[in-house]
Amino acid sequence: MNAPARPNDYTAYPDAKGRFGDYGGQYVPETLMPLVHDLSAAWAAAKVDPAFQAELKGYLTHYVGRPSPLYFASRLTEHFGGAKIYLKREELNHTGSHKINNCMGQILLAMRMGKTRIIAETGAGQHGVATATVCARFGLPCVVYMGAVDVERQKPNVFRMNLLGAEVRPVTSGSATLKDAMNEALRDWVTNVHDTYYLIGTAAGMHPYPEMVRDFQSVIGQEARAQIQEAEGRLPDAVVACVGGGSNAIGIFHPFLNDEGVKLYGVEAAGEGMDTERHAAAINGGRPGVLHGNMTYLLQDREGQITEAHSISAGLDYPGIGPEHSWLHDVGRATYLTATDAESLDAFMLLSKLEGILPAIESAHALARIGDIARDVGKGGVVVLNLSGRGDKDVATVAAHLGRQI
Amino acid sequence: MTKARIDARFAALKAEGRAAFVPYVMAGDPDAATALAILKGLPAAGADLIEVGFPFSDPMAEGPPIQRAAQRALAKGMTLKGTLEAIAAFRAEDQATPIILMGYLNPLVTWGFEAFAAEAAEAGVDGVIVVDCPPEEADPLADALEAHGMALIFLTTPTTDDKRLPTVIRRAAGFVYYVSVAGVTGVKEADAQAVAPNVERIRKASGLPVAVGFGIKTPERASAIAQVADAVVVGSALVDEVAEAVDLNEDVTRRVLSKVESLAKAVRFARRVPV
Repeated sequence: MNAPARPNDYTAYPDAKGRFGDYGGQYVPETLMPLVHDLSAAWAAAKVDPAFQAELKGYLTHYVGRPSPLYFASRLTEHFGGAKIYLKREELNHTGSHKINNCMGQILLAMRMGKTRIIAETGAGQHGVATATVCARFGLPCVVYMGAVDVERQKPNVFRMNLLGAEVRPVTSGSATLKDAMNEALRDWVTNVHDTYYLIGTAAGMHPYPEMVRDFQSVIGQEARAQIQEAEGRLPDAVVACVGGGSNAIGIFHPFLNDEGVKLYGVEAAGEGMDTERHAAAINGGRPGVLHGNMTYLLQDREGQITEAHSISAGLDYPGIGPEHSWLHDVGRATYLTATDAESLDAFMLLSKLEGILPAIESAHALARIGDIARDVGKGGVVVLNLSGRGDKDVATVAAHLGRQI
Repeated sequence: MTKARIDARFAALKAEGRAAFVPYVMAGDPDAATALAILKGLPAAGADLIEVGFPFSDPMAEGPPIQRAAQRALAKGMTLKGTLEAIAAFRAEDQATPIILMGYLNPLVTWGFEAFAAEAAEAGVDGVIVVDCPPEEADPLADALEAHGMALIFLTTPTTDDKRLPTVIRRAAGFVYYVSVAGVTGVKEADAQAVAPNVERIRKASGLPVAVGFGIKTPERASAIAQVADAVVVGSALVDEVAEAVDLNEDVTRRVLSKVESLAKAVRFARRVPV
């Protein structure tokens, strides 16, 4: 692909065909095309409908617990000796991560469209739990597809979903992980076209999902932008977030895209290292291709077969990335770094001890690079990190890696 | 030749007053040599056109039978290039039976559309079906195939209503595929009664023959569909024969070709009403 020119207005994307430059699009079987067109139209209408936005805001305030705080992490700042580090506390949301922002938006849209059955895919189970939560709240039946391997390693989340009334269907096809769960959810959708709404958990997949999920998650960046101006009287020098599919990252990046002075850093999961095959870094270790309805950077072999992602973090364990990130990378607006499993574990423990906050192992990937970035920006600077989820769910994983029994 | 071979075959079948039987086989399943032996035996067993699947790791519109076939083929190292080599070997012996390649877009993106199209035409491919490439995204691929005389075959489905149909058939060539059920391959059963008016509608709008597939497993069902469609495609039921023969340690080629014979016979004698 040619290196594209930087646009005047980054927020003008996607275009009418659902493209961010070369990325995005609607690569789905014909059976689903009328459905994704319907969804595009419904979202376009809801997006500008004040009644819809007011209803969403009400639930975000009183049910999710927004706005989430922007917290000055003074001991972390002191530890690194660079720029002031602020944490956007998405882990304080109901269900413990940013995922609920998107689920709340999409379930209101699904009901507006008259859909009566919700399906979702999940990796670690965070999106599955958030989806099961909103389905319980609004009384809709919910089926969550989850790779059989993930069902086995995330038993507490499977039980949480069951408690919330959702049916969790283990997926044994392919590699039995998140990408296969997404395949299976698409197979369900193609089979149940009349009543079913597919509630995708990240800013990836076919148009309009990357745009719609980004818009629902942009509440993070809108709040952070106002909060940092309130606290510091200016915009930050850098914004940092972990990237799997990339919904928390695009959510905090998007309101800053046209502020060219604000550097944007995404951190991909390097697993056991970028010099090994065992990582989940689509941009740093993949190349463009088509999967799950969109053109984007993917982990794949030389024949175009999708390869498995590997990360200590089940939430980043996906071979693709949202198409807007692929584009922001190509045009040079955002920089995509990596963090290994080991670096992320260290960051997990550092934040726990210095600030009394257990971060999700996903968010710990962003924390693993925050020291470099804060020092690079230097004293007198300000950086904001999206603390996308809480780490209670990861306690067993961390213990296992430390060789501890709990 | 290429697309012209598809047109010639449908013209001949029309003159005979019968529908085509189109078996689907997965390249490299259960291994390259056996799959090639099956492919070479298909015309004599009654195949009028042949769909050759190339395996993909994430076949999102396939039911379990074809998913497993793709995994068996990938495990044995089958690639898109290997698929074209098998087709070239077939073509050396048979210049009349159209071959339609079927699969997913990413292996083609990886190869590059133009380079792929040149090699596919050289191997003797006549048409290509790409499940995850709807008409809205199809122009670059359709251009490359057309330049080499091949047809991009488009899929229509129960959700393709009259409003959408013109978009889908805008660049249709060779024939139009009608997916008879909303769902994945090889799960729900196709109903000839429900299929008939859709075939008629698509045939009229496109001026092309209409092939019906997804959910046709038995000779009885194939016969019923053959009475209303221009071609009957059977895939999952055949790849299941491969799996069973392997499990039972039977002769895979013989088992698959004997199933093809029974299905082809059912289609051949269905005697559809001339249109």
